[in-house]
Amino acid sequence: MTMVTEKDINEQIAWAKINTDVLKSMENPRPAYWVTLAVCIAMVACAVVAEYIQYTVGMGTANLNNPHMWDMYIAAFVFWIGMSHSGTLLSAILHLIHADWRKPIYRFAEAMTTFSLMTAGIFPMIHLGRVWNLYWVLPYVSDRGIWPNFRSPLVWDAFAITTYLTASMLFLFVGMIPDLAICRDNTTGWRKKLYTILSLGWVGSDKQWRNFRKIYLLMACFLIPLAVSVHSIVSADFAMSIMPGWHITTFPPYFVAGALYSGCAAIITLFILLRYFFRFEDYMTLPIMEKTAKLTFAIAMVWTYLNLIEFASVWYGHDIYNKELLIAKATGAYAWIFWTMLFCGSVLPFALAFRKLRRHMPTMFVVSLFLNLGMFFERWMIVAPTLSMSQEPHQWDIMYGSIVEWAIVFGSFGWFGMLFLIFVKVFPSVSMYEVKEMVFHRKRSLGEEDLVRMTDHAKPATQTTGREGT
Amino acid sequence: MSKKRMMGLFGDFEEAHDAIADIRRNEVPGLTVDDVTMTSPIEHPDVEEVLGDRPVHLQKFTLFGAVFGVTFGFLFLAAAQASFLVQPQGGKPIIPLPSNFVLMYEMLIFFAVWLTFFAFIFLSGLLRKRSALYSEKVSLDQVAIIVEIDESIGESVKGLFEKHKVLEIREEAIR
Repeated sequence: MTMVTEKDINEQIAWAKINTDVLKSMENPRPAYWVTLAVCIAMVACAVVAEYIQYTVGMGTANLNNPHMWDMYIAAFVFWIGMSHSGTLLSAILHLIHADWRKPIYRFAEAMTTFSLMTAGIFPMIHLGRVWNLYWVLPYVSDRGIWPNFRSPLVWDAFAITTYLTASMLFLFVGMIPDLAICRDNTTGWRKKLYTILSLGWVGSDKQWRNFRKIYLLMACFLIPLAVSVHSIVSADFAMSIMPGWHITTFPPYFVAGALYSGCAAIITLFILLRYFFRFEDYMTLPIMEKTAKLTFAIAMVWTYLNLIEFASVWYGHDIYNKELLIAKATGAYAWIFWTMLFCGSVLPFALAFRKLRRHMPTMFVVSLFLNLGMFFERWMIVAPTLSMSQEPHQWDIMYGSIVEWAIVFGSFGWFGMLFLIFVKVFPSVSMYEVKEMVFHRKRSLGEEDLVRMTDHAKPATQTTGREGT
Repeated sequence: MSKKRMMGLFGDFEEAHDAIADIRRNEVPGLTVDDVTMTSPIEHPDVEEVLGDRPVHLQKFTLFGAVFGVTFGFLFLAAAQASFLVQPQGGKPIIPLPSNFVLMYEMLIFFAVWLTFFAFIFLSGLLRKRSALYSEKVSLDQVAIIVEIDESIGESVKGLFEKHKVLEIREEAIR
């Protein structure tokens, strides 16, 4: 019996159709796109009102006090930083290992990276209270007497996130240049002006392609250690302290695995949304969804393993504070969050092991949302229980966020969604030139010589002078 | 003798590849592969190979950016930390190397990435006015071979292009 492998993409798809489909997506999405965008804007509006209240009344409106000086804002910050690892995984890592199935979906994953970092970057400002003193974190040489503490991971965060944000934006932009040239050549009005500027005069010459290949590779090589360093540094915000539940050696890999996990789950969510909004069934295909789901499952198992390792080392380590905290996590006030986290993060991913479920879009959509709910709870469980049960029992206190805090965190999802939806409407969310490459090379690997022809031109040679239309 | 640029548009890479291979074999006297530029909708290492060795120097800028980043990172931080002399350090070093290594690592990547980007723009000839011979069909599905030639061999080049089923030929004079 021979097994027929389903193709990631139809190799017979014409290059002109790839251009047309992607360019059309930027003009004509389904109505659900506009509804989602409106919901996101409404969520941002709620957050703005909440932030105004917090700004004018004070941080107490967010239920922040001593010892709960961090809580949900920092949990949301870690969550959004984690989400940003999706682009690095799909773009950089899969690029280096030549996994070409990433090509139709890596663009939006890269955009996710940029926008989730922009969302994460807001939280330190919101959390700061005195937002107007934000520039104090900048360690420029001065005699202001501010004394930024270079030994603090919080200062490392500022460096690492700035570097990651700018590098990931450049990575996204560089990867888009050939597509922006396609947009430039096929649009009119304000779009043409915008794409003319952004495409930087790209013509697709062999010199440009050679340099392009090199820069993409170099940036991918830099982005991977950078992403690992960013989340390791974020984990150092906790692990460098001596608080129970935080001072753990496995925190950096645990954070990186969690980041990749939530990023992958978010890719599945947005994959399904974009496929529906822009009618991308030919590009965001079921086999590609299956591969993404399998990747997510594998990372989920790594995350689960790291959780078990952490529990085991705390349990057998007999550090009284850590052990009590672990018991409190499983049986105390936050137990329902703890068990929901474990269910969503470790049990639910087994749904991804079933082919039928992996190919059922509504199920995958719901599963991906629950996976990310689990990952948000994971961040909450890192932050809140330790602050609630530190070494000094007189400080013990249970805390849940106030409506102001919830509204701001809720609004961050709207902010991310709004930026992302505007991006995919203005810029091509499927990489046209890379899909063409994928189709071309796959055709060639079939060994069908005829198929290598990109077009079916049979017309005789004509001679013209100068540029078309001039 | 006046010179001109001639562009042939081809429907597939195979024909473009064969046309460049013919130029490499000196089928048109006076035209060498160094006079050829190819523009294409996707990168294609096989066809680029027939164009010959055209080295890319981008990585040198990356290396320079990385070295500059790590050096600047250290100096920047050390300068900021040195101005803390008046602050009691409690016996800790004024310039703490282990934590500075983390920040220098970030600076290394920051400058390496930015310098690579600017070098890419410069080395790829971006931000320049496009030639009148640019065809929008290249961003769709056709491959263009552009050659700089003397007027005298124009007909031979046209003949070569037509032999390889060129779809369209355009010319412009070089002033």
